Amino acid sequence: MNAALLSVESVSKHFGGFAALSDVSLAVNTGERLGIIGPNGSGKTTLINCISGALRGDRGVIRFDNQIVSSLAPHQRSRLGIARSFQIPRPFVSMTLLDNIAVPLEFATQSKDVYGEAHTLLAQMGLGEKATAKPTELTQVDLRKLELARALATRPRLLILDEVMAGLAASEVDEVLDIVMAVSANGVAIIMIEHIMRAIMRFSERVVCLNAGQIVAEAAPGAIVQDPMVRRIYLGA
Amino acid sequence: MLRLSIQSLQAGYGAVRVLHGVSLEVREGETVVLLGTNGNGKSTLMKCIMGLLKPSSGSIMLELGDQRIELAGKSPQEIVALGITMVPEGRRLFPKLTVKENLLLGAFRTAARQETERNLVLCYEAFPILRERANQLASSMSGGQQQMLAIARAIMSAPKVLLVDEPSVGLSPLLVTQTIDIIRDLRQRFGLTVLMAEQNFHEASRIADRGYIIVHGEIAFDGKSLSELTQSELVRSFYLGA
Repeated sequence: MNAALLSVESVSKHFGGFAALSDVSLAVNTGERLGIIGPNGSGKTTLINCISGALRGDRGVIRFDNQIVSSLAPHQRSRLGIARSFQIPRPFVSMTLLDNIAVPLEFATQSKDVYGEAHTLLAQMGLGEKATAKPTELTQVDLRKLELARALATRPRLLILDEVMAGLAASEVDEVLDIVMAVSANGVAIIMIEHIMRAIMRFSERVVCLNAGQIVAEAAPGAIVQDPMVRRIYLGA
Repeated sequence: MLRLSIQSLQAGYGAVRVLHGVSLEVREGETVVLLGTNGNGKSTLMKCIMGLLKPSSGSIMLELGDQRIELAGKSPQEIVALGITMVPEGRRLFPKLTVKENLLLGAFRTAARQETERNLVLCYEAFPILRERANQLASSMSGGQQQMLAIARAIMSAPKVLLVDEPSVGLSPLLVTQTIDIIRDLRQRFGLTVLMAEQNFHEASRIADRGYIIVHGEIAFDGKSLSELTQSELVRSFYLGA
C-alpha cells in the first residue's frame, strides 16, 4: 500500500458563525508539489494553519505519515516533519541570520554541528555572506529566503509555503522558485499557496482551488486555468 | 496646480545609504509607476515623502496652487494634512480595532473628517467585503482582505496625492485587476495624483501614464511614456521574463 504522506480528511473550521473551511479533504504524496489557489478569504491560510497546528479544526482528521496529528501542538508536528512559512516573515529580529537558523536546527534535529549546518543552509539560499547580519538589514527577497531557510532547518518532509513570493519582481520570483525546486528535488513534499500564476504554473504538479472554504477544482496546472469556475472566481478572465 | 518634485534625494538607515540622489516628478492627475526589484529604494523613497524617514539631503517640493512647500523635515501628520497619504508595505493596520474603526482612523485629518460618510460609502462600494466585515477585528481577516482595508483606509483621508507601495501583494489575480481599476476610478473621480510602486508590471501598465526604474538607489531609467517603459531593457529583464 502506498499511503499518502499527508491526508486531510473532512476538516471543518468555523470562526463564530463563519465557516472558514467546510469538509475539506486533500492528500499529498511523498515528494509531491501541490499548488493551492483561491480568492482572498477562501480559507487557504486557515487550511495550512490546521495542517501545521496553528489552528485546530472543529471536525475531521489530519494524518501525517499514517499518524493522526490533528490534536498535536505545532512544535510536535514540526518534530514529525511538517514545516511552514508565514505570509509576513517572522524572524527573530534581534538575532543574527545564523542564530535564526541555529534555533530551529537545535530544536528539531540531533545535529552535532548546528552552526556548520546553519552556514551551509544560508549558503544554499545565497545568504552566506550575510550570516552575521540582522534580519532588519535584509531586503524583502532575502527575508523570504530567510523564512524559507528557517522552515528547512527543521529538515521537513512536508514544507508548506504561504505566499513566499508575494511582492517579488518576476526575476526574484524565479530566483526563489529555483531554491524551492531544489528542495523538491531532494524528495521533500511541498504545498505552495501563491497568487503569482507563473509561479504556480511552473511549480505545481497538481493544483487545487479553494472557494468559500471548499475545494471547487483540482487539476494539473495547465487544466486548472481552463476551468470555467476557476476563471470566473479567481482569474477573472 | 499640483506637483510633487523630488531633487537629488539622499537617505538611508544608519551607515547604510539607500538613496543616492534620486530626482523625479509627479504632476497633477498623473499615475506614475515606480519600478525596481526589492532592495533598490522604492519604499525608502516613499517613507521620505511621508516624513517617516528624514532624508540626509535633497528636496521634496510640493507645489500646491501658488504655494511651494518643502516636505523634507516635516512630520508625517503635517504631510498627511497637506493631502498626501500612503498605503504602506505590509498593511500596518490596527489589528485590535474593527474594520470600520480602521477606516474611521484613516479619516482623522481635519479636511477628511467632514467627508467621512461619503468616503465610507465609496470604500464599501469599492470593497464590499469591508462592509460585510465592518464590525470584525482587522486581524481576523485574511491577508488579502487586510490589504484591501489598507488601501481603503488611505482613501478615507481623501488624499490629493496617493502613494501606493505594492497594492497587489497578496491579492488574487482577479482582485489585482479590480484594485488597479479602483485606483484608476479614484483618480478619475477625484483627480487623484498617484505614485505607485508595483511589481506586477502587466497590471500597473494598464493605468500608468509613465514611470521610473530605480536601481541601487538611483533612477536608472526615466520612461517619459508607457511605451518607452515597456521597451526598456531593464523592464524586460526584471518584469517580462525576457
